[in-house]
Amino acid sequence: MNESPVIELSGVCTRFGSQTIHCDLDLQVAAGQIVGLLGGSGSGKTTLLREMLGLLRPSAGRVRLFGVDLDDPDLLIQRTVRRRLGMLFQHGALFSALSVFDNIAFPLRELRCLDEDWIRRLVHLKLAMVELETAHGKLMPAELSGGMVKRVALARALALEPELLLLDEPTAGLDPDRSQNFVELVGSLQQALGLTVLMVTHDLNTLAGLATHVAVLAEQRIIAFGPKDQVMTVDHPFVTGFFGADRRKLL
Amino acid sequence: MNAIPCLRVEPGRVVLTGSWTLATMLPHLADLQNRLAVPLPAGEHWDLSGLTRLDSAAAVLLWRTWGNAWPEALEIGELHRQVLGRAADLPREMPAAVKHAFHPLESVGRLLLKAAHNLRGVIALFGQVLLDLAYLFRHPADFPRKEFAANVYKAGAQALPVSALVGFLIGVTISYLSALQLKSFGADLFIVNILGIAIIRELGPVLVAVLVAGRSGSAMTAQIGVMRVTEEIDALSTMGISRSIRVVLPKILGLTAAMPLLVLWISAVALLGGMLAAMLQLDLSLNYFIENLPRAVPVANLFIGLGKGLCFGLVIAVVACHFGLRVKPNTESLSANTTSAVVTAITMVILVDAVFAIFTRQIGVPQL
Repeated sequence: MNESPVIELSGVCTRFGSQTIHCDLDLQVAAGQIVGLLGGSGSGKTTLLREMLGLLRPSAGRVRLFGVDLDDPDLLIQRTVRRRLGMLFQHGALFSALSVFDNIAFPLRELRCLDEDWIRRLVHLKLAMVELETAHGKLMPAELSGGMVKRVALARALALEPELLLLDEPTAGLDPDRSQNFVELVGSLQQALGLTVLMVTHDLNTLAGLATHVAVLAEQRIIAFGPKDQVMTVDHPFVTGFFGADRRKLL
Repeated sequence: MNAIPCLRVEPGRVVLTGSWTLATMLPHLADLQNRLAVPLPAGEHWDLSGLTRLDSAAAVLLWRTWGNAWPEALEIGELHRQVLGRAADLPREMPAAVKHAFHPLESVGRLLLKAAHNLRGVIALFGQVLLDLAYLFRHPADFPRKEFAANVYKAGAQALPVSALVGFLIGVTISYLSALQLKSFGADLFIVNILGIAIIRELGPVLVAVLVAGRSGSAMTAQIGVMRVTEEIDALSTMGISRSIRVVLPKILGLTAAMPLLVLWISAVALLGGMLAAMLQLDLSLNYFIENLPRAVPVANLFIGLGKGLCFGLVIAVVACHFGLRVKPNTESLSANTTSAVVTAITMVILVDAVFAIFTRQIGVPQL
């Protein structure tokens, strides 16, 4: 069971009407990798992420997480797989009717196994992890700043101690200091828990600080995937254009 | 990696092995908690060096077991010690969530204050609309023609099929039920009076108002509400475009203009339904019905019906827009305000209808 890659996409095609987003796309992410998914605007990065989450079914091809096909009809298997991953949405996607505390406690309560004291401690632990104070737990999502929304969303994504963390633009909207902290936080979590992380990002600093591997999405498929320094040297107009003069900084 | 969490109590020491994470602990949670809950002699030696993984859920569990203090002897890898350290750094006293006790008097007062607040809001919105109208009177070029037309179309034209269906069925029902009674008195011919007065004066406007409040009122609240949630309203203001002239006013004017027309339409269709039912039930010819309708129902009733439609449209739109503007940027508030808008609009319509009934009691009643 451990040998199967955490994420496995094979022959994925996505079409919206007559528009083709992905065509015969393959990607395999092994456990413990931190993969940065790069691609131009509109190249279908978020769509790909949604397919990995099972929110969107590809027109053709297969998506497997932890070796389980996301089309598996067994609801229990589906639920177990989803409990093993955490997702940070681009705009947080916090439940606006619940306070910060309840947002983070929500997935824990849904397990129906933990007592309230345990949940309270865990929530405060997660809040501390993302550098929020106990008092912030009472706030409603509408009262938070953009950066705080992101950190609460990360805390919620981490609540179930996922093995796979999917991040959509995790550091967009954070100041450089905070995004550096974020990078350190995810890095240390990765070390401690052996997380697998897949992130969509445009921020070169985040990429440089965090990613071990880079996947480049262009021309409707993954044109390059491998360790960061190898991908950097790929001779493709998108890759050279993206890294441009910053190529040295990343190495 | 997915080894199950193991707890072994050896003489003088407790050994934890395997992977202690939330996911792996869940199937054995009750058992593990029971075994950890057994009071261990003080000064126990904890051996955690055999752990493969330790996450914060497990760390919190252990920390609680240890009574919020480090055990006297602990063997643990550096990485896992950090995880435990995070759990240890938490303040010991967790502030519990504040719960508001329910107090009947307080909640009644709160309700009254809310009602007063809403009433004030509705009046303020109405005043704003009047001011906008005065402004548009002086600057006719600024009149939001397209939005107005779109609203008349959405609230009026698109409501024609559903209101026709409802009107027709109500007409048939009333005619059928009245005919049963009238037949036993031999007063068949009065079906014209009953249907005419009831539908034109009362049922037509109220039926349309209830339909429109549910159909267009809720849509208006939801639309303005979502525009607030997505900051579109703010975007309008930053472009120097008045939200009340562009968003609120066309809705209010559009519905106010469309309602009398809908009343006319639904009354006509309901009368048609009533006529058909009367023809089948009482053998009353359509010709007789149509010839006698103007005699039985003075034309004042039609104007009262249309006037009611106008007022109901205004009330529904103002209430809907008021609640739409009150939406806070969260989903809960959106649903609560949409519900309030529909409920308040229908209640207000019935209230206004009662006021109409009192003030028009001497107008349009046929003298026999």
